Amino acid sequence: MTRSRLDAPFGQWIDRSESVDIRFEGKTYSGFMGDTVASALIANQQWLLSRSFKYHRPRGPLTLCGHDANTLVQLPEAPNRLADELPISEHRVINAQNYSGSLERDRNQLLDSLGRFMPVGFYYKAFYKPFGSWRFWERIIRRKAGLGVANLTIEPRYTDKQYLFHDIAIIGGGPAGLSAALTAAQAGASVLLIDDQPHLGGSLNYHRFDIDAAERAPTLNHLRTQILDNDNIRVLTSATCNGWFTDHYLPVLQGSRMYKVRAKACILASGSSEQHVVFRHNDLPGIALCSAIDRLIMLYGVAPAQRLAVLAGNDQAYLTALNAHDAGIAVCGVIDMRAACDDANLVTALQARHIPLFSHATVFEAHANSPGHQLAAIDIHRLDSHGAVTEHWTTLACGALAVSSGFMPAYQLACQGGARLSYDDGSALFSLTELPEGMFLAGSVNSIHALHAVLADGAHSARQALRHLGLAPVDSRDDGVSCDVSVNHPWPIFQHPKGREFVDFDEDLQIKDIVNSTRQGYRDIQLVKRFSTVGMGPSQGRHSALPTARLVAHATQRSVSETGVTTARPPVKPEPLGLLAGRRFDPARKTPLDQRHRALNAHMVPAGNWRRPAFYGAPQARDRWVQEEALAVRTNVGLIDVSTLGGIELRGVDAAQFLNRFYTFAFLKQPIGKTRYVVFTNEQGVVSDDGVAARIGADHFYVTATTTGVDTMVREMLRWNAQWRLNVDIANVTSAFAAINVAGPNARAVLDATDCSIDLSNDAFPYLAYREGHLGAIPVRMMRVGFVGELGYELHVPSMLAASLWDMLMNAGDPLTIRPFGVEAQRLLRLEKGHIIIGQDTDGMTHPGEVGLDWAINRQKPFFVGRRAVDIVMAADPCRQLVGFTVNSTCPQPKEGHLVIKAGDIVGHVTSCEHSPTVGGVIGLAYVHPQDAAPDSLFEVRTDQGVSVLARVCALPFYDPANARQAL
Amino acid sequence: MPFGLLKYGLGKDYPFEREPDLPATPTLKQHYDVVIIGGGGHGVATAYYLAKYHGITNVAILEKAYLGGGNTARNTAVIRSNYLTPQGVRFYSESVKLFERLSNEFDFNIMYSQRGQLTLAHTDATVRAFRQRAEVNTHFGGRTELIDPHHIAELVPTLNLNPANMPVLAGLWHKDGATARHDAVAWGYAKGATQRGVELHQLTEVIDIIKEGDRAVGVKTNRGTVHCRSIVQAVAGYSAVLAGIAGFKLPLVSYPLQAMVTQPVKPFLDPLVSSSALHCYVQQTSRGELVFGGGSDPYPLYNTRSTLELKESLIAHAVEMFPFMSEMQLLRQWAGITDMTSDYSPIMGLSPLRHYYLDAGWGTWGFKATPICGQTMAELVANDGKVPDLIAPFALDRFDHFKQVNEMGATAASH
Repeated sequence: MTRSRLDAPFGQWIDRSESVDIRFEGKTYSGFMGDTVASALIANQQWLLSRSFKYHRPRGPLTLCGHDANTLVQLPEAPNRLADELPISEHRVINAQNYSGSLERDRNQLLDSLGRFMPVGFYYKAFYKPFGSWRFWERIIRRKAGLGVANLTIEPRYTDKQYLFHDIAIIGGGPAGLSAALTAAQAGASVLLIDDQPHLGGSLNYHRFDIDAAERAPTLNHLRTQILDNDNIRVLTSATCNGWFTDHYLPVLQGSRMYKVRAKACILASGSSEQHVVFRHNDLPGIALCSAIDRLIMLYGVAPAQRLAVLAGNDQAYLTALNAHDAGIAVCGVIDMRAACDDANLVTALQARHIPLFSHATVFEAHANSPGHQLAAIDIHRLDSHGAVTEHWTTLACGALAVSSGFMPAYQLACQGGARLSYDDGSALFSLTELPEGMFLAGSVNSIHALHAVLADGAHSARQALRHLGLAPVDSRDDGVSCDVSVNHPWPIFQHPKGREFVDFDEDLQIKDIVNSTRQGYRDIQLVKRFSTVGMGPSQGRHSALPTARLVAHATQRSVSETGVTTARPPVKPEPLGLLAGRRFDPARKTPLDQRHRALNAHMVPAGNWRRPAFYGAPQARDRWVQEEALAVRTNVGLIDVSTLGGIELRGVDAAQFLNRFYTFAFLKQPIGKTRYVVFTNEQGVVSDDGVAARIGADHFYVTATTTGVDTMVREMLRWNAQWRLNVDIANVTSAFAAINVAGPNARAVLDATDCSIDLSNDAFPYLAYREGHLGAIPVRMMRVGFVGELGYELHVPSMLAASLWDMLMNAGDPLTIRPFGVEAQRLLRLEKGHIIIGQDTDGMTHPGEVGLDWAINRQKPFFVGRRAVDIVMAADPCRQLVGFTVNSTCPQPKEGHLVIKAGDIVGHVTSCEHSPTVGGVIGLAYVHPQDAAPDSLFEVRTDQGVSVLARVCALPFYDPANARQAL
Repeated sequence: MPFGLLKYGLGKDYPFEREPDLPATPTLKQHYDVVIIGGGGHGVATAYYLAKYHGITNVAILEKAYLGGGNTARNTAVIRSNYLTPQGVRFYSESVKLFERLSNEFDFNIMYSQRGQLTLAHTDATVRAFRQRAEVNTHFGGRTELIDPHHIAELVPTLNLNPANMPVLAGLWHKDGATARHDAVAWGYAKGATQRGVELHQLTEVIDIIKEGDRAVGVKTNRGTVHCRSIVQAVAGYSAVLAGIAGFKLPLVSYPLQAMVTQPVKPFLDPLVSSSALHCYVQQTSRGELVFGGGSDPYPLYNTRSTLELKESLIAHAVEMFPFMSEMQLLRQWAGITDMTSDYSPIMGLSPLRHYYLDAGWGTWGFKATPICGQTMAELVANDGKVPDLIAPFALDRFDHFKQVNEMGATAASH
């Protein structure tokens, strides 16, 4: 069914040789390749596309270029897509949204007649009395919320991102953008030309520009050919530049890709939004902007209706009437809101075509056809000299009405960059000022409208950009183009006693809603927006901003400029989250031994950004693995991958001095070949990190830090040394080194079974010593450590050799049945030994005194980071103390995070708690009241379901108090 | 149908016109008992409670832009009390209680909606911290519990329990978690305050603080000079700047905090869901939009510009949590300035200037405290600087004595 199709040359964008069927609301419609869903439906006389947000009024396309919310439709996979942007070649099944029953007979249409009971902001004034009734109403109102329905089961489609780098990005491929691109490219600049339509040309594709339509086509062909031939220009069509970020960083969405464009300058040739006219029932399907009617006819070859009327606030609208007439559509009248048009030749042209002209008049009310789904007639009233509506002039039957009250610059990108949009109330002219450096305007966004001026303005903006880039000499004579024609009607707003003159289609707001907002005291435009929701809908105020500003200005006795518009924020158009997310990318860090762990069936868990083995074996038997692994270390030998430990290399004559200032301990006299425990307290005196410093040479230390703390430590080191200016190089070598800890009474035996160049005897390599040497060909830094409380060697090797080392140790330990252990067993082992874990046994308040680290503080030295705070907080009365505890095995086992209660108040909490096979019971660490810190004191722990458990304080460590095991 | 709407529908006039919600800005007088700098939620709430409970109505709220246009307008309207420290829990719980009755108290619907807040734990360190928070909350009468993944799946069936390969181990389910129409909170307070005689001065910017010795006695504004007995500063992200004008330093660092919103879709998500490991939280508003928030920008700045980087990372994580959201569409992103303290608790009470009271350091947790802030600040002012117990832990001088109230939560770490 293609009765509405016009013959060529109308319909430049469709391919009549290939017809395509689509299904909309279960019915089949036929269109052509090149059609959008919206154009194909209108070609089948289906103007009705959607139901409005609040009143469920029937709505059809307004702009036909994806700038209004009336065309929002539901796709099987996605809600809220714009039917005038969807090519029918890609989308065959489409439904309308936001109705109950059918689109044609929406049961919620009742809300329209109940609209009188729903004044602006009504929900603030009702539904809460009596107390508690809101819970009831909320459920009902919530069901009415939202437009489309999200498909909750789809898997994300493939999307990706690409960086582009250009000298100049030009946003908008209309005449201004084309002219700018050519000028810039011919001067040698690399140009990216971005347009959101499938074909370049912008208004050159559809706007008539002159009475005889002589200039349009030749200009377009000429420019387009040159652009496509120019190697300096890259063209992106069907691509939306959706934001402006600092330094011309531009996200450009095209298909399933987001380009991230870095440009040195950008030219905004984004055009303007044609503005509608506010009168009763101005939202009926069939009423569209002049540009939308032009697009229908010229791009898609679709007659909007058999009879068309035009409501003009400027000369441009007359050209739409001429276009339609020349396409064979009956134009039943041009209604001009002005007393006379600027170009008298237009009147002659109308007369020549026998198109009636109703000057100084307006459409006061539109009437729908009998099902109410499309425009059927318009009431024309005369205007008086003040622009007020007077008597009825005539009524015209027509199925479509083209309206234009003016053009508002597409200011969004400029304003995102901090520009100001101004409006001169006298001349009804817009201007954009205070543009970010390197941004230039061209064409109608710059309020230039006549074709020759637009082309000149494009070239001028390119010369400005070239000069900005140093690609063209400064030329003081290059003044730019001044505004030429007036396009904006000052007051295209006609209040009707019965209302329903829509200012904002997205949010169903009428004149009285805006005015009543100001009467309620919401006088600032931002408050009007927030109270009435004007401009908050999917089209973000493209068509409501100007009439709202006019109404608010009038109601509050200010100028439109003083009233202003609400802040422009990215994005310009709604953007699918999948495009922003891009390809799935989870940057987890893996140690060089990751494959070894997985081969051993390790249960991997996150540790900061790393993944580490929690234990080896199926998670269901977690307790068994942990206890077995721990027992292996206590009785035999185990090994653990500790590559995630932070590694920091400090070199320089001041290295020892630096550590002395940075950590709490003393380091100046630390012997070479020895390690020393390090604790970092921040400026609040809080214990923030710990590790070990090994002195490799007089000027050389290798310092470890916690897995999650190392980045902060390195940053803090660099920050402090920026002040201290000590002669020391600080390098984070965490990834450069892998580390394995071999622990257990048989640790030495395992290493002895390798080709180890280091004398491992206790005399030659005692506890806390540091040695360097080789295991076979692998160079190794080795430390005697005791974190788990057994004889232990920590081997640090270059990461690329880690797997070889692991295999070597596993082979050497095989006769002894060496066993890998994970983080959980390590936690249990160190708990038995009473060693704290920063972040688990400390929190954001812990000072060294609370966790028994007094011994790690050197008070002889003059300074360390956090010293002043540590002195103050440790001198104050203590309010809690970390202690070891045991609980009776018959009690519920406390969990980490359970509270310690004293006399009904919270005094602390359990930080670590495990069943220890070695100690033979449940042991843990907890913060308790200082009065209860002595061994054998009892304190109350509140466990699950509020069950109180008495815990007994126990001297630390639980295991091997004489520290004999680690010094074997 | 509620009576008020019926009256409107059957009458001819807009029914509420005789009593506008907000009066127009009056002429600025030369003297007030109390000047409140900042017409956001906290400022107008303070004025409201001064008038309501203390009979102090000779009060001017000075707002440099428009009512509630700063962080009151920009926050994502999360109301909760599941904090870590007893001081914090006590304070925020009072706020939740006040919120519940505000609509009826104001005669203005703030659309308080208690839908619960679910925070996800992806590491055992977070599970520990959550257990502690749940216990502390329960201790103070709040409704917070640690729940397992099965329970999470029942509450939010659409959630991916293995986002970004960070399996969800547990959740902190805070039934008291709620949201409200954030603007309406400020408007309701302003309506109540102005009806009781308080003056709201919009577009009135404080340029200087007038002092006599160690005492604040007035302010200079772009509309003239005002003298007063007491001054309250409640200016959120600009706290340190204003304190600088008043002549003292606040231990604050200001960071932009960004948020974003999608187009509306039919409701499918009732609770507020957040994951600190993924730096992402999401809630579906009463309009059907999804609101996303995340971590602060990584560097201090006094600029409310948006960035692409934050949008990309935040949305990537949102799509990890809810993969089907990939076809939903983002409508708008924005930012506010947050003034962060080192212990993530506010600064309330006395300042180095006599009769100059502080309500600052509200970082990312200001909105949820609006009612209790107003109430306690009003009490402080009305009692000439006698600090209410509830806010005593938040005094500025705690930083001198290292008596911080740390709400950063337990830090995640492993060894």
